[in-house]
Amino acid sequence: MILGSINPAVLMAALMVAATPILLAAIGELVVEKSGVLNLGVEGMMIMGACIGFIVAVNTGSPLIGFAGAALGGMALALLFALLTQALMTNQVASGLALTLFGLGLTALLGQQYVGITPPRTPRLDLGPLAEIPFFGRAFFRHDIVVYLSILLVGAVWWFLKYSRAGMILRAVGENHDAAHALGYSVKRVRLLAIVFGGACAGLGGAYLSLIRVPQWTEGMTVGAGWIALALVVFASWRPWRALAGAYLFGGVVVLQLNLQAAGVRIPVEYLSMSPYLITILVLVIISSGKGRGSLNAPGSLNRPFHASS
Amino acid sequence: MKKLLTAAVLSAALATPALADTTKAGFIYIGPVGDFGWTAGHDRARREMAEHFGDAVETTIVENVDYGADAERVMTQMALSGTDVIFAASFGYGPDVNAVAGRFPNVAFQHATGYIQDHPNISLYDARFYEGRAVLGHIAGKMTETNTVGYIASFPIPAVIAGINSAYLHAKAVNPDIQFRIIWTYSWFDPALEADAAETLIEQGADVIMQHTDSTAAIRVAEDAGVMAFGQASDMTQFGPNAHLTAIVDRWAPYYISRVQAVIDGTWEAQNSWLGFADGIIEMAPWNDRMPAELQAEADALVAAIAAGEYHPFTGPINRQDGTPWLAEGEVAPDGDLATMDFYVEGITADLPN
Repeated sequence: MILGSINPAVLMAALMVAATPILLAAIGELVVEKSGVLNLGVEGMMIMGACIGFIVAVNTGSPLIGFAGAALGGMALALLFALLTQALMTNQVASGLALTLFGLGLTALLGQQYVGITPPRTPRLDLGPLAEIPFFGRAFFRHDIVVYLSILLVGAVWWFLKYSRAGMILRAVGENHDAAHALGYSVKRVRLLAIVFGGACAGLGGAYLSLIRVPQWTEGMTVGAGWIALALVVFASWRPWRALAGAYLFGGVVVLQLNLQAAGVRIPVEYLSMSPYLITILVLVIISSGKGRGSLNAPGSLNRPFHASS
Repeated sequence: MKKLLTAAVLSAALATPALADTTKAGFIYIGPVGDFGWTAGHDRARREMAEHFGDAVETTIVENVDYGADAERVMTQMALSGTDVIFAASFGYGPDVNAVAGRFPNVAFQHATGYIQDHPNISLYDARFYEGRAVLGHIAGKMTETNTVGYIASFPIPAVIAGINSAYLHAKAVNPDIQFRIIWTYSWFDPALEADAAETLIEQGADVIMQHTDSTAAIRVAEDAGVMAFGQASDMTQFGPNAHLTAIVDRWAPYYISRVQAVIDGTWEAQNSWLGFADGIIEMAPWNDRMPAELQAEADALVAAIAAGEYHPFTGPINRQDGTPWLAEGEVAPDGDLATMDFYVEGITADLPN
């Protein structure tokens, strides 16, 4: 046992990096689900962002423009989902699954010419003296800008949902779309905007993988990150700060088990890798055994189609 | 009208034998053909094989096929649509290959790296990757400055364990202070996880990264961190020109050509082939120039000795990790022991997961 070789500051830093892609995707999906739409296509939108972000970054030489492109790529796929589920009234679950398959296939085609290329480097944000603080500097203040943006985004979404008028309308649409409709709010327009926002976030999360964490383009490179993001939303019981905690917990489990293994500590890797999902199931069991749907905090109209005539 | 009918009948008559002449070969892959690793290696061989036979052979591929029901469905579909020989290119397809082979006795099944052979129409084939790992171990032992090798392993199956043992023994032989740090990812292909694993290993002192997973992420991380690494299954130099020392490159093409030829000739029979350097099934990617000339010569000599059958990477005395003897002085590991290997050799400090 050589625990001494694990540096807690580096562990914390790696955890934040590992958590950022799923956090970005999860916070987007959280807003989508708050508006009453279940989009299971997160994985597809993430891989789309990973691919488009990579292509744009390579061609423009700018990672930031790449991230913008990734957001647009995710939005494009989300728009397709919105068209299917909001205008054509298709089943949300089936459309979401199809979106994932479509995204994986399309990006395999689009990215063919980009395998084996190195993307332009995303610089670390220069935080000056903060980065020099012992322990905390290494752990928290030597990241790229996207890590901090993801945290800011969580705060913004929290504020938006809790305090802004638009956020309350969005929640109303998600809780009871008939009532919201009766009050004169455009259910479809609110949901369309939420879906597109979710697509942009998932795209950013995907680009974080291909531009920073890996960094290269490989077909199918998200390998289930989108599904973890979906689980995370439920785990967080649709609360932004809990999504942040959950993402860091999920990321922490991954990073910690890698470190323990490398240090030669005997750990049951299978169980540790499983643990985020086990915790999610546990959370579901606990909150749903309480006072019904209310304690679960799931939006009332989640996954229910809306048509103005009904 | 009559003319037209005659023409139609004629062309049909002409077309039928032409169709029957074409041999259909189906391939199912666990990963994407663009992984630049394992699956890419098989697909490279498929293309070479298809080129060799030209119009006589028609190939189809299905990539990203999961083990279990998915694989069974895909292979059943292939068999039903007249495929003559199916190549299932991953260890985990074993039960699925055997299930489908039982139902289609006239289709030839070729299962890579498998061990289950319940029906007379299943051939198994594998490469002696441990031969290549011996070369990697030797190079790693000589090149490391921190005396620490980081190893990214996939699943604790015999082929992977034998690879770790072979690499360790040959690193230890040239560098008695060598230490292996091993991370199991429980996945063949997860670029983000492999990148994290490589970073963790480097952080814990490894300056040579070895991988038995299929993505190129670890090479990229090694290049950025200024340490060394080995590619997997394909030459991965372009992902890290400085870091990439060499790689064990899979060359399944000669074997695929011989097997498809046997199907065409009607001489196909079930076999169990385990091929290595001697058969040209694996080869080493060009040495990186940062390897000293002396080391390059040693590596060349090691490859040559193994290919000539003069040297076996598992030659005793070798003890198991717990100190019990495995091979006596001068004894060579029987294939059976290697194909079922479930223990580390003496000196590796990590614990082997079950």
